[in-house]
Amino acid sequence: MYIIVVGGGRVGYYLTKALLSEGHEVLMIEKNATVSKTIADELGSVCLHGDGCEAATLDGAGTARADMLIAVTGDDEDNLVACQVAKHKFNVPRTIARVRNPQHEAIFKKLGIDVTVSSTNIILEHIEHEVPSHPLMHLLTISDKGLEVVEIKIPAGSASVGKTIKELSLPPESILSLIIRKERKPIVPTSNTILKAEDQVVAVTPPESEDALRAALIGR
Amino acid sequence: MKVVIMGCGRVGARLATLLDKEGHQVTALDNDTYSFRRLPPDFGGTALLGNGLDEEALKRAGIEQADAFVAVTQGDNRNIMAAQIAKHIFKVPKVLCRIYDPLRRDLYSLLGLEAISPTTVFAQMLKEKLKS
Repeated sequence: MYIIVVGGGRVGYYLTKALLSEGHEVLMIEKNATVSKTIADELGSVCLHGDGCEAATLDGAGTARADMLIAVTGDDEDNLVACQVAKHKFNVPRTIARVRNPQHEAIFKKLGIDVTVSSTNIILEHIEHEVPSHPLMHLLTISDKGLEVVEIKIPAGSASVGKTIKELSLPPESILSLIIRKERKPIVPTSNTILKAEDQVVAVTPPESEDALRAALIGR
Repeated sequence: MKVVIMGCGRVGARLATLLDKEGHQVTALDNDTYSFRRLPPDFGGTALLGNGLDEEALKRAGIEQADAFVAVTQGDNRNIMAAQIAKHIFKVPKVLCRIYDPLRRDLYSLLGLEAISPTTVFAQMLKEKLKS
């Protein structure tokens, strides 16, 4: 596969290395001449010095025959434009953009970028998992539906302990799909299920209702 | 008319001033307060600190009620992205943006953005001046 990587920062560097070792034909485009030269010295002639958002540079890189373009610079706007130029001018079948600001993921999707990877969200999710006291963890994002699957641990002393699910003021778009109770098998909650302290609740929710969901379950 | 101008550089500040004098409701958005020194002391519009690629900042600037949005920051790609957010997410009726790079301007014009390349316009103007 012929893959073009835009941006020679740390992500671009390790990505290029990994793709090369998988046997792909890879060309990296880097704006900074010094960085470009360092990479060329190290990885061989796989780095083109130029602006990956410019049609002329992409043309010189043979973008028209590329199977994929991956934009991983540190600037969201540059990644967006590189992908859009590749897609609309050179008909690249698949474009992947790194997104720094998590809010931009939805915008990129709407503007036709095939895949977005939010580095910020990925780092946050991993750190949340390592902080045991964190009451809400992101398990999964269903990005094409604008939903996420989260896990919330009910601490002792929350107002929701001892209440049935129908008594809670849950946001209407959020659904509690599973409760994992201490030393018991998982249960599928009904409106009459009573919440207990230490319950792990798995819920499906749109991101914008996350705060309301958290408040309903673990508010005091 | 309610207008949001992103980028309060020389062009942005001047446009804001002209529209304000004509009685339009203007908000100038910039991520550096120092830029607002370019607005005249009697400027009647709003100068707002914020990143024009941030939906929250755009909402604070009143983009949801805006009749027009103009992106004139120094970065072509910033202008392109902001203009697309204004057009496709907030459905602002009139969206203009500046793209210095003529090739990029041509591509985004094809994609439906109303974009102006000062490079092309100014070079053309200079050429005509030289000939006359």
